[in-house]
Amino acid sequence: MTEITPELVAEHGLTGEEYGRIKRLLNREPSFVELGIFSVMWSEHCSYKSTRIHLRKLPTKAPWVIQGPGENAGVIDIGDGDACIFKMESHNHPSFIEPYQGAATGVGGIMRDVFTMGARPIAMMNALRFGEPSHPKTRHLVSGVVSGIGGYGNCMGVPTVGGEVNFHKSYNGNILVNAMCVGLARTDNIFLSAAKGAGNPVVYIGSKTGRDGIHGATMASAEFSEDSEEKRPTVQVGDPFTEKLLLEACLELMATDAIIAIQDMGAAGLTSSSAEMADKGGSGIELDLDKVPQREAGMTAYDMMLSESQERMLAVLKPGREAQAEAIFKKWELDFAVIGITTDTRRLVVKHKGEIVADMPVTALSDAAPLYERPFSKRPPATGTPSFDASRPVMASLKKILAAPDMCSRRWVWQQYDYTVMADTVQMPGGDAAVVRVHHSNKGLAITTDVTPRYCKADPYEGAKQAVAEAWRNITAVGAMPLALTDNLNFGNPQKPEIMGEIVSGIDGIGEACRALDFPVIGGNCSLYNETNGEGIPPTPAIGGVGLMADLHRMATIAFKREGDAIILVGDTKGHLGQSIYLREVEGREEGRCPPVDLAAEKRNGDFVRRLIEAGRVDTVHDLSDGGVLVAVAEMALAGNIGADIGVAGTAHSIPFFFGEDQGRYLLTASPVEADRIEGELRHAGIVHAIIGKTIAEKVLRVEREGETSLSTLRAAHEGWFPSYMSGEEIPPTN
Amino acid sequence: MKSAVIVFPASNCDRDAAVALEQMTGRKPHMVWHQECDLPDVDLVVLPGGFSYGDYLRSGAMAGQSAVMRAVKAHAKKGGAVLGICNGFQVLTESHLLPGALMRNAGLKFVCRPVTMAVEETQNVFTRKYLHGQQVTFPVAHGDGNYFADEETLNRLEGEGRVVFRYAPGQNPNGSSRDIAGILSEKRNVLGLMPHPERVVDPLLGGTDGRGLFESLIETLS
Repeated sequence: MTEITPELVAEHGLTGEEYGRIKRLLNREPSFVELGIFSVMWSEHCSYKSTRIHLRKLPTKAPWVIQGPGENAGVIDIGDGDACIFKMESHNHPSFIEPYQGAATGVGGIMRDVFTMGARPIAMMNALRFGEPSHPKTRHLVSGVVSGIGGYGNCMGVPTVGGEVNFHKSYNGNILVNAMCVGLARTDNIFLSAAKGAGNPVVYIGSKTGRDGIHGATMASAEFSEDSEEKRPTVQVGDPFTEKLLLEACLELMATDAIIAIQDMGAAGLTSSSAEMADKGGSGIELDLDKVPQREAGMTAYDMMLSESQERMLAVLKPGREAQAEAIFKKWELDFAVIGITTDTRRLVVKHKGEIVADMPVTALSDAAPLYERPFSKRPPATGTPSFDASRPVMASLKKILAAPDMCSRRWVWQQYDYTVMADTVQMPGGDAAVVRVHHSNKGLAITTDVTPRYCKADPYEGAKQAVAEAWRNITAVGAMPLALTDNLNFGNPQKPEIMGEIVSGIDGIGEACRALDFPVIGGNCSLYNETNGEGIPPTPAIGGVGLMADLHRMATIAFKREGDAIILVGDTKGHLGQSIYLREVEGREEGRCPPVDLAAEKRNGDFVRRLIEAGRVDTVHDLSDGGVLVAVAEMALAGNIGADIGVAGTAHSIPFFFGEDQGRYLLTASPVEADRIEGELRHAGIVHAIIGKTIAEKVLRVEREGETSLSTLRAAHEGWFPSYMSGEEIPPTN
Repeated sequence: MKSAVIVFPASNCDRDAAVALEQMTGRKPHMVWHQECDLPDVDLVVLPGGFSYGDYLRSGAMAGQSAVMRAVKAHAKKGGAVLGICNGFQVLTESHLLPGALMRNAGLKFVCRPVTMAVEETQNVFTRKYLHGQQVTFPVAHGDGNYFADEETLNRLEGEGRVVFRYAPGQNPNGSSRDIAGILSEKRNVLGLMPHPERVVDPLLGGTDGRGLFESLIETLS
C-alpha cells in the first residue's frame, strides 16, 4: 500500500486544504487509487472549480435549446425532427508538448462528445493560436497541429470546414488548439449520460486501456514550465481507425433501444465517465477492473482508473441486452466487456483482483468538489485613440496587411483538411462561415469560430462581447439565423486575481452579448492555467457559433459575382483604429481602446442584412472585422476575381475609413437599381450606410485618390506568406 | 443499372458514393461488407474512398487482401465494371487489378482541393458521355495519390489508350507520373482514379462535372 505523504498529495495537484476535505468526506485517509480519482475529478479541467460560480450567469435557454450545458454536448432543435449537437473543446497543453497527437486526440475527443449523444458528426472546425512566426518552435507546432487535425478528421471522414489561425508572441510558450464538432441527430433519439436505475450492466466498448494519458486532466490544470517536455507521456495517442469503427458501432447500437446511458471516456477516462454517469443518474456504480480490456499485463487499478487511452466509451444497458450489443461490437471488431453494474448505493466502488480499491460517495466527486469564489481584480481597460501617420499610402498598407501572418490566406492550412467528404459542404473554408447541408434536405447549418484576442487583452469584457457578436455576424453574413454557441474559455492562472478578473469580465461580456442577440450558450469548456513560466496568454474566449439556413438556395458568399454591382457598406464607420490590424501591422503598435460593440446596432444591422439574403435580393455579403473596409473589399474581389472601384465616401481621413474596425458592419453588393431600393430601406430603418463603390470588369482594385493595384499582385501577397513561411523560405516579420 | 458499394472498415466515402449512385440511377446500391465472400448480382462495383483498415500499412494494402476482393476480382474477370475512387484506386493497384502504385504525395502532405483534368479517353464504359479532351474539375482529397509505374508500364498505358484522366498542366496535386489521375485496366472494365466524381454531381456543392461518369455507366450498363 502506497503511503499518502504531503509530497504525493502535492504531486496530484491537490492543496493541503483539499486533501483535508477528502479525509472529511471519506472519514478516513484515502487509498492511493482514491487519491488519484479525487485528483482528476477535482482538477480544474473536470470540476470547473474556479469558474462554475461565474458560468451560472450565462444565458443557456431558448425555445429551440433541447440540451444546455452539463451534458457531453449541447443540443438544439433545427426543425423537421432534426437536432444539431455541438461542442468545442481545447487540447492546448497536450498540443504544445506533442503537436500531432495532441491535436489529433483533441479532434477525436470532441467527436466522441458529439456522437456519444447519438449524433453523426458532420463538420469540424478549429481555432488555433500559435506563437510569433519567428519563434523557433512555431513552424514545428503549426505543422504538427495542422497535420494532426487533418490526420484524425480526414480518416474519420468528417469534413473540417473552417476555423481560425492566429500568431502572436503571447502564445509562444502556450499555444491554443480548440476543436469544435457539429453533429446531426433526430430529436427523438438523443442519448444522455444519466445512469438511472440499479442492477443495470455497465459496459466498456472501444479500444483497450493502456498506460497512456495518465493524469492528462491534472496536467491540463497546471501551469507549464521548462520541464514540460517531460510530460510527454501524459499525452494520449490517437487511433482514428478505431474511432471510426467506434462511431459506426455506437450509431448502430443507438438505432436499437438497448442503451440507458452512454458517455465517452475523455479526460480522466474511466473515473470521470463512471462517476459522472452515476452522479447524473442518481445511482451508484460498481466496477470490476479485472474485466477491463487491457493493452498490457500488470496494469494497476490506479493506472486503469486514470488512463486516458482514446477511443473508449462507457455505456449502461438495459438488463438482458448485453448479447445484442456485443454482436454489434464484434462485427466492428471492437472490444466489448461488461465491467460493472449500477447500484442504488450512490457510491463508486472499484474492485481489482478481488479487493475493493476504492469506495466513495459519488457526490464527493461532484457536488462536494471544491468550488472557489476566487478573489479577482479587474484591471482598467486600455483607452485612448492612437495616432497614425496620415501620409502613408493606402494601397501599400493594404498589400502589407493582406500578406500579414494573421491576415493572409489560410489555404496552406485548410487544403490539408478534407473539407468536401460527406458531400454536403456548401460553403468551404475561406468565407465568413462554413455552410454544410443537413443531409437529404434543403436546409443548412452555418458554423463559425471567432475571437479577437488583441481586443480581449485590451478589454476582456468588450473583447468577449465582440467575440460573440462576430460569431453572430459571420453566421448572419451567409444568410443563416444564429441559434446557439459553445464557448471555449482559454485563460491563464485563475489563482492570480488579475487573471480571475479577466475570466469574470470575459464571462460577463459573453453573457451580455448572448442576451442581446438571443444567442444562448449550450456548452463549452474552460481551459485555465495557460501559462508558461508565469506568463499568461491573453484572454481568449473562443466562440463556436451555429446557425440555421432554411433554404440553401438563399445563401450569400463573400465573392463578387457580377461587374457593375454597387458596393454597399452597412453600419456606422467612425474609423476606429485602436487595437486594429492596421495599427499593429503598419504602425507596429498595439494600443488604444478596442472597438466597442453596440449590440442593439449589431442586431438591427444583422437582421436587416439577413432578411435581404433570405428574400433572395442579395447573394454577396462579407462581414467587416479584422482589417476593416478595404481589406474586406480586397477579399471579396480576390474570391470572385472581379475588380472594384472604391470612392472615399466623403470622409476626412481615408486611413481610418478604410482600416478602422468599427463593429456591426457588412459589405454587400447589388445591382444599381436594387441598391437604390436597399438604400431607401436602410434609411427608413435608421441604419447608417453608404455606397462606397462598384465592381468593375478590370481585374484591379482602384481607390479614389490612392491609385490601383492589380488583383494578381494582391493575390500573390495574400496567398504567398503561409506556404513560403512553412517551407522556411522567408524570415517572417514579428508582431 | 445495379450497383454495389464495398464497405471496408473505415471506408468513409461509401455513403457519398451510394448517394451519388442513387441520385443518378434512381436505385439504391447494395452496401457490401468487407467480410462477404460473394457479391450480389450487379453491373457495377464501386470501391469507395476512405482509410480502409486505417491504412496503417500501405494505403489499400490490407483491403487488397480482404475476402470481398476475391469476389471483386472474379466480377472483373467476368468483364464486370469496377470503379475505384481514391482509396478504391489504391485498393485496385494493391490487388493488381490495375498496374502501378500510389505513393505518398510529392508534397508529403494531405491535399484537398478541386483539380482540373482532361478526359483523354472516351472509348470505355466510364467516360463515353464526356467529349474527348473535355476539361473537368473534381475535388481531390488524399495523402497517397502519387501514381507511379515503371516506364514500360507507363508507355503501355499511354499506347493502349488507358490513361483516362490526366491532370491539366500545373494541376498535378501529388507528383503523379505523367500527370496521370485515372487509368483503365487492360480490358477497360476497371477504372481507378484519385479525384472524387461522386462529390461533383450536385450543383449546390460547386459543380456537376462528375455526372458524366455516372451517366456513361448508366447508358452502357442499364
